Amino acid sequence: MAKKKVGWFGDFGGQFAPETLMEALSALEAEYSKIRRDSTFRRELNYYLRSYAGRPTPLYYAKKLSDTVGGARIYLKREDLLHGGAHKINNALGQALLAKRMGKTRVIAETGAGQHGVATAMAAAVLGLHAEVYMGSEDMERQRLNVFRMRLLGATVHPVDAGSRTLKDAINEAMRDWIANVSNTHYLVGSVVGPHPYPTIVRDFQSVIGREIMAQFKKSVGGLPDYIVACVGGGSNAAGSFQAFVGEKKVKLVGVQAAGQGLASGKHAAPLLAGSVGVMHGMRTYLLQDDNGQIQLTHSVAAGLDYSAVGPEHSYFKQTGRVEYVGVTDEEAVKAFETLSRSEGIIPALESSHALAYAIKLAAALPHDTKIVVTLSGRGDKDVESVAKFRGSKL
Amino acid sequence: MSARIFGSNHPLIAYLMAGYPTLDRSLEAAEIVFKAGADALELGVPFSDPIADGPLIQKASTVALRQNVSLRLVLDMAGRLSGSGKPIYIMSYLNPILRMGYAEFAAQASRSGVSGVIIPDLPVELAAEWVRTAWANRLGTVFLATPATSTPRLKKIAQNSTGFVYLVSVYGVTGVRDELPGYTYEFIRRAKSVVNRPLALGFGVSNPRTVSQALKAGVDGVIVGSLLISKLMDQEPSWVEVLANLESTVHALKQATSTTVPTEEGK
Repeated sequence: MAKKKVGWFGDFGGQFAPETLMEALSALEAEYSKIRRDSTFRRELNYYLRSYAGRPTPLYYAKKLSDTVGGARIYLKREDLLHGGAHKINNALGQALLAKRMGKTRVIAETGAGQHGVATAMAAAVLGLHAEVYMGSEDMERQRLNVFRMRLLGATVHPVDAGSRTLKDAINEAMRDWIANVSNTHYLVGSVVGPHPYPTIVRDFQSVIGREIMAQFKKSVGGLPDYIVACVGGGSNAAGSFQAFVGEKKVKLVGVQAAGQGLASGKHAAPLLAGSVGVMHGMRTYLLQDDNGQIQLTHSVAAGLDYSAVGPEHSYFKQTGRVEYVGVTDEEAVKAFETLSRSEGIIPALESSHALAYAIKLAAALPHDTKIVVTLSGRGDKDVESVAKFRGSKL
Repeated sequence: MSARIFGSNHPLIAYLMAGYPTLDRSLEAAEIVFKAGADALELGVPFSDPIADGPLIQKASTVALRQNVSLRLVLDMAGRLSGSGKPIYIMSYLNPILRMGYAEFAAQASRSGVSGVIIPDLPVELAAEWVRTAWANRLGTVFLATPATSTPRLKKIAQNSTGFVYLVSVYGVTGVRDELPGYTYEFIRRAKSVVNRPLALGFGVSNPRTVSQALKAGVDGVIVGSLLISKLMDQEPSWVEVLANLESTVHALKQATSTTVPTEEGK
């Protein structure tokens, strides 16, 4: 397949979209290449990121956690402190401003854990756009709090009952909506997935995470961290955390996928660890698929990681070896969720808890002068009910 | 083989989902559709994530997948229907084809007597390898064009399409529609003026009146899918009655294609 071409990360990515969307994708690409060099746009976005969303977020040395683990030092990039409670607002604000530039009045979004839906609803409210969010009905059940928040913020939430009733099906339905309403609607994709230019746009809007980590680390600790660890569902917080460090070969980058009930059980959401290459949602990437090319159902305790594909740049990083991808089970993630809550008084999102669980394991085997940065992509208030259920108790 | 149906006739191309309601019954439905006058069959391959399809075809796809209807089984079914002498087109999303591999799929489709293949999520820019493989196996390639497609793209789509160009009538997914919007007819006229290939209109062509209007606006043939799937979903007391209903539906549509006088530019 095409190499070094626009819209490709090596052999991955591309624009495998229905014909109705092809002109809209070209228009989006053209507009994006204009605004990325436009200082007025950057100023406006930075204004909202600082004054509305709460950037920059702190880089926090989790001393008590590190001491408990007894090994490497663990630093947390506190994206959980952002408005809305997750890194999703970085991208939602960027794309909502882009949508306005293109004269679109309506934005649609898919959401898994509901964090991207909430971020979209917020960005749409503050920028005067109409927002509609597609969400799998299974996810609506396990993330009820976020459904209520989205509605409170003025967004319409459409339940999706097809397939596994999770993120993949929500993306299908959002794409169908976009096909029908492409003239007035911008599809505000929430992760580094979909046809080109989405994986690039979303990564760029999230790359503020990695740039801040680099500057903050240099200033408060000195030098560069040894590891950056982030969870990977679609992969937007990881792509944003890694971007600034991709060229820094000494910094080891680790992406953590949801191993669910274990890779051997088949009940997981780890296409980079147990999948194969195919095409879905407009991109050539690693997928969980059967021998006939049908997309398989996934499982993870974290709704935001419960996805059968992954952003194409992660497939490329896997192929080149620049990023190491590992798996963390539901059980390990829930344990990390509880550990951080008790040791630092921070309740992390179940998605971020996957990254944290791996970092804890990693830290235990490394000397104290090793420094690990974990991107805490979101806060876990939304997950307390899921964790209670997982532990067999009620709220 | 495929261009022949456009010779002196306005072809009616019937879409059915292979494996809906069962593999055997979809084969029976195809035979009935041919008997009722359909000139060609577009055979849908079920897929887990059919992003260009509306609720009816999604549902049919889900039912077929529950019975493990694979691309291989669909090709077998096409082989069994090839004795009809009528062209059969395969409509499949890209991933099942990639999983089998372009070369093996094209060879098997060709052996099964398939005339051409339609892949709704393979845009013409990324199709060079597929087109080469298909043509080497004497398999037609049909690309979709939509009202959103620019005129330069339309030309590129036509160059890569053999047999006909599939015009998508609306901004939207497949489904039953009482009538088509005004812009559909403008799109048909625009396509007609730049495409030197037969044009077949699909997505929402759901009654004889729409068929006549589309033909008058300049398309050469029509594709009817969701309407036929809806007939198969009707809660008739027996399968025999479902088939009778399907037959009369196709018959009425075929009447509309045979009685519509071609426009001057359509000849």
